[in-house]
Amino acid sequence: MKATLALLTASLFLSLSPAPLCAAEWSGALEQILKVGPEGAGNAEAAKAWGELTSHGSEVILPVLEAMETAGPIARNWMRSAVETVFERELAAKAPLPADQIKAFVLDRKNEPNARRLAFDLFGKVSPAEAGALIPGMIDDPSAPLRRDAIALLITEGKAQLDAGEKEKSLATLNRALDGARDIDQIDAVAKLLREKLEQKLDLPKHFGFLMHWHVIAPFDNTDRKGFDTVFPPETEINLSSTYEGKEGKKLTWQEYATSDDYGKVDFNTPFSPLKQVTGYAYTEFTSGEARDAEIRLGCKNAWKVWFNGELLFGRDEYHRGQRIDQYSLPVKLKEGKNTILVKACQNEQEQDWTVQWEFQMRLCDSTGTAILATDRKPTPEKAAPARRPAAAPAAAPAAAPAAAPAAAPAPAPAPAQ
Amino acid sequence: MHLSRLALASALILAAITPAQADWLNFRGPQGSGFDPSAATTPSELSEKTLAWKVPLPGRGLGSAIVVGDKVFVTAASGPEQQQLHVLCFSVKDGSPLWERRFWATGRTMSHTKTNNAAPTPASDGERIYALYSSNDLICLDLEGNLVWMRALTLDYPNASNSLGLASSPIVAGDTLVAQIENDSESFAAGFDLLTGVNKWKLDRPKSANWTSPTVVKKDGESIVALQGSDGILGLLPSTGSSVFKIAGGASTIPSSAASGDQIFIPSNGMTAMRIGASGAEPEKVWNESNERPGTASPLIIGEKVYLINNAGVLTAVERSTGKRVWRTRIEGPFSGSPVAGAGDRLFIFGETGIGQIVDLSGAEGKIVSKIELGETILSTPALSDGALYIRSDGHLWKFSAGL
Repeated sequence: MKATLALLTASLFLSLSPAPLCAAEWSGALEQILKVGPEGAGNAEAAKAWGELTSHGSEVILPVLEAMETAGPIARNWMRSAVETVFERELAAKAPLPADQIKAFVLDRKNEPNARRLAFDLFGKVSPAEAGALIPGMIDDPSAPLRRDAIALLITEGKAQLDAGEKEKSLATLNRALDGARDIDQIDAVAKLLREKLEQKLDLPKHFGFLMHWHVIAPFDNTDRKGFDTVFPPETEINLSSTYEGKEGKKLTWQEYATSDDYGKVDFNTPFSPLKQVTGYAYTEFTSGEARDAEIRLGCKNAWKVWFNGELLFGRDEYHRGQRIDQYSLPVKLKEGKNTILVKACQNEQEQDWTVQWEFQMRLCDSTGTAILATDRKPTPEKAAPARRPAAAPAAAPAAAPAAAPAAAPAPAPAPAQ
Repeated sequence: MHLSRLALASALILAAITPAQADWLNFRGPQGSGFDPSAATTPSELSEKTLAWKVPLPGRGLGSAIVVGDKVFVTAASGPEQQQLHVLCFSVKDGSPLWERRFWATGRTMSHTKTNNAAPTPASDGERIYALYSSNDLICLDLEGNLVWMRALTLDYPNASNSLGLASSPIVAGDTLVAQIENDSESFAAGFDLLTGVNKWKLDRPKSANWTSPTVVKKDGESIVALQGSDGILGLLPSTGSSVFKIAGGASTIPSSAASGDQIFIPSNGMTAMRIGASGAEPEKVWNESNERPGTASPLIIGEKVYLINNAGVLTAVERSTGKRVWRTRIEGPFSGSPVAGAGDRLFIFGETGIGQIVDLSGAEGKIVSKIELGETILSTPALSDGALYIRSDGHLWKFSAGL
């Protein structure tokens, strides 16, 4: 795991191999900033380079924006603050600014997404009306920060149409918004309007790319939180027809599990009843139509580990501090054809009512949050209708059917495809 | 060089690099204790009459303002996921914006909805600003806004985060910036070089979420940084991270300790006062009062009294030397921020509902003598400097001045 973490970290720090920069007088400074590394390496040199960059006038703005293409997250921040410092100084001095070039940089969708958003903000300070006019064309922009403004406009327009009684127009507008939306708060806002005001059925799990079909096995032990570091059999082999010894000698087999939750929550408490100090595993397969970069995005408030194609991606031993969609992003390289995902989720000993959850949610998407769907993705499971309580139900009546009731556990079970 | 000239030159250099007494350089000011005896004048009331200025802020934040010379600094975070980081500099005189620097968060920005990414208060050594965010971005700028260094601590230490949000504020002690990045997973404290941001030292800390901030204890003229955590207090030399003392018995992970001289007052088993002994000696317990439990607000030590605010909004004064209760009075809470005070027997505190209060401490009991409703949620701690008080919300920064 350490090796994987180190690799992940290294890949986050280092820029892609620096592109050859034009031999302008600031190119040395840019190259110096591109060299900043882990644990403060290169900071002193970068500070000098930053001072040199910001000593120039507006002619340095475009080259620095362009250099962000090859920069890692830290170097990009050095560059951002240099660009803004120069821009604001020149703007305040009423010096000429390369507005047309900045606009062209915004419109070139091949440029780095955050750099384009920055350039858009700069352009907006020079030509607010012209910048505003660009927004409607960004509903399918690969830069999520730029797309957000376009979606916000559509939501406003759709609401206005709804208020004016123009349901058909509103339906069309809000569906365009939903198709384009990548930010969770915007997706939620549009989905609420479509469902509650326009009675439209939505497949949010498919929109997000949540993985809905799994095999699960539990409970293995997690007494004193030792299960996180304990290697239980699913970590060494995936054999869905095997039987293993679990906590307190219990015989465990894999069970099929499908969730119908809008946000893909896989709830171990549903098939295994609420348990404490236990460890569970969930396994699924994902068929990709091509080899490509992707992100596994996870939300989980239990301690967890994730393996992708047999390799441990990351693990985190934090319990009950909160969960949300896309809480963690794990970059992966999808293979064409079958890819495997194994999730370990540990439940601890806490007894408060806010520590009952033993669950996770996971989706596959690209770096902008656009869902990547398996070529053989199964239909999203239907939500179970709420059970009706009999008029004279006894006090100990069975609980309502769970929303994501596990299928019976045939053994051997076919591997779940998405 | 002649000795006296050398001494004079040294004094001049020292004067040049030593922050003016009026500065408020970190969370809860001098030593991180909330009390600045050099603040001779403070506002006598909080009202439109003493409101010097109010400026809008571009994002959320609950870290306090800090003041260096004629500049006031504050951090904020904006955007749907709080990924835009702001460091803002305003003129003390009229609140006019002097400069702003923006960055993208490189670590996880998730937090409980009550807090946010700009929860820690920045720190300063009088020459530079050190801005820390819950996303573990640590940014150093000089007073003119020139970028000096940056650290992306979540990239360095990928499991160092708290899904509820981190909030511990860093502090400068000697030639080192000390920060506690303590959480349930990759928990650590570190000392950073002021000029380059590289680690001078880094040590593992208890794997337990911790929102307390380091304080500085003075012992024989030497600064010792006290790190508070679930296991107690660890005193260490800021430049090396070497352990100087340990106080076991556990401590709160929300309200921070306050130091005064060679004593430290710890939210531990209620409240516990300890005296730091001579080098190598074990700290000595002065008193413990299990019934005096501070809530979120940290304790404040002024003269011979310790002031505590519990989660029911009761302000209690206890004797510094014995822990014996002197008086109690109810003030208007609840509180997330902590009280501060200068000379003049006035305690300043702002509550979550936006009510600011001044409590007169000069009588036999505490008495609320001024109150203002700011109309916004206030989760932060005020700063005092040069006769003025600064307080921020998610939306605004206010200055109240004694001189109006």
